[in-house]
Amino acid sequence: MSAERPSAPFGRRLCEVAANRDSGGYRVVSLVDREGPEPAPGQFYMLAAAEGWDSRDGRAFLPRAISVADVDPAAGGGVRLDFLLDAVGPGTGRLCAAEPGEGVWITGPLGNSFDPPREVSPAAAGAVLVGGGVGVAPLALLRRRFSERAVPHRVLLGFRDRTHTGGLDLFCGSSGALCPEVRLATEDGHAGHQGRVTDLLLPILAGDDAASAVVYACGPPAMLEAIRALCAEHGIPCELALESPMACGFGACFGCAVPKPGGGYLRLCVDGPVLGGEQVEEVSHAYA
Amino acid sequence: MPELCGIELEHPVINASGTYDAIAARAVFGDALLEDFPFGAFVSKTITPEPRAGNAPRRIWETPSGMLNSIGLPNKGLDGFLAEDLPQLRELPVPLIVSIMATTRQDFVRCVERVARRAEVAAIELNVSCPNVHSGLIVGENPSETEALLATLRPVTEKPLIVKLTPNVADPAAVAAGGERGGADAISLINTLKGTAVDPATGEPALGNGYGGLSGPAVRPVALEQVRAVRAAVDLPIVGMGGISSGADAAEFLALGASVVAVGTESFRDPRAGARIAAELESMLRPERLTTPALDLD
Repeated sequence: MSAERPSAPFGRRLCEVAANRDSGGYRVVSLVDREGPEPAPGQFYMLAAAEGWDSRDGRAFLPRAISVADVDPAAGGGVRLDFLLDAVGPGTGRLCAAEPGEGVWITGPLGNSFDPPREVSPAAAGAVLVGGGVGVAPLALLRRRFSERAVPHRVLLGFRDRTHTGGLDLFCGSSGALCPEVRLATEDGHAGHQGRVTDLLLPILAGDDAASAVVYACGPPAMLEAIRALCAEHGIPCELALESPMACGFGACFGCAVPKPGGGYLRLCVDGPVLGGEQVEEVSHAYA
Repeated sequence: MPELCGIELEHPVINASGTYDAIAARAVFGDALLEDFPFGAFVSKTITPEPRAGNAPRRIWETPSGMLNSIGLPNKGLDGFLAEDLPQLRELPVPLIVSIMATTRQDFVRCVERVARRAEVAAIELNVSCPNVHSGLIVGENPSETEALLATLRPVTEKPLIVKLTPNVADPAAVAAGGERGGADAISLINTLKGTAVDPATGEPALGNGYGGLSGPAVRPVALEQVRAVRAAVDLPIVGMGGISSGADAAEFLALGASVVAVGTESFRDPRAGARIAAELESMLRPERLTTPALDLD
């Protein structure tokens, strides 16, 4: 996990929503950040709509920690940040409804980022990216960086059903044509392998070239725990991007505690969100 | 210039203990944090005699206009704080107040002695929302326990001792008066209100610890009333806090007799909230309006 990162500008800042489009049942909300540095894959921002944030019975109240899915230079300066969002509660619901021209408070970029394979393991020649559901977001930016730097990689994505394939276009473009290095698993079997994404990972971990792989994963806790355990069993290094309840994102609230093997806790916002498999006791719903 | 127990402050907005880790914030935001430090004084997270890991997750839960927390006072312990944290906190451009909690009077004395000895510490806040293991009573729920603790600690240091009250009592003013009789220099209030929530996904308590403390704008009217009641009962300066998220909120606390205000949960939403609130407050209290701040609250 790369701890070296540019400082985030101090404080929150108001950004304009540049676009909000559908992506397979999720939304991709684009913000223009005139001040911030370019985020690295795995980093996140705290987001809160400037208006109507608390409109559901006094909620949302806290900002929401959201990984950045893509970044490009913005016309007129700064960067355009793309966030993949699933409307699961009052905060994400409000962000999914954000209209172009609206203001969103952001703080960030926050947290650490994924490391290139050779920094994780000197023998590593390539990468396997494994994403599930809305957790595919940080892997989209990671995959783009790996492509630009000619790091060999394969992508395995898992989705529940036809109405939950959000973010797929971040990997494949809007044409719908699947890139050769991207493989899909869907629980309803409507596309790709019918089953779980770990079904696709297992033969890779058991294969001849496994020793040269580093696994990068983000998704629901049960998926991450399965990947953590499989990688540990096969002796393959992995980096996992976790999620945890987070009030502040900058180390102030101590809410995002993740148990360390051997006792004590990490603060996911400043020690993560990307953790090596060996740093985690067990990925659990209890803190995710 | 505002002051608290003789400590001069650039502005009257400080942080609530346990809501800002200046060391972590500096790592995230760089030296901009020091150049634009949001608080008039910095209050440390509560330190305890021995290290604590904190409570099992889940630790926070959002509520209407607020949040519950059961963090459990994770800290490095007295030795770790003095050796590792204090040298970094002394680089902050504002006076430093160290929050201390212990469960015996001997441990309280030991912590206050060793912390007060350090020149960079301007004042000590006593977190009394804890049991005295000898009596079994929560110190801050009991006026005579609070008075006895202060009387024990008063001879240990000449530095200001601030008593941080718990709001989870029938009569906070009586506890504040106990602190005053024991020799406290100031009263700060409120700490979080005890509360809980059920996770609809499981039907179980949402927090790992079963319950937690409520903070945020939801608690502000309770905090204001407790400040009013304590103001009527003691002559000590008051650090008022509880759901302050704007200069107008801060002005309410000042109108009821607080001399300094503290910001906690709002810093989670806005890392520069302290500075913003201080600026809003200053613009409200311009000389032409200074005479009637209580009438300008909306």
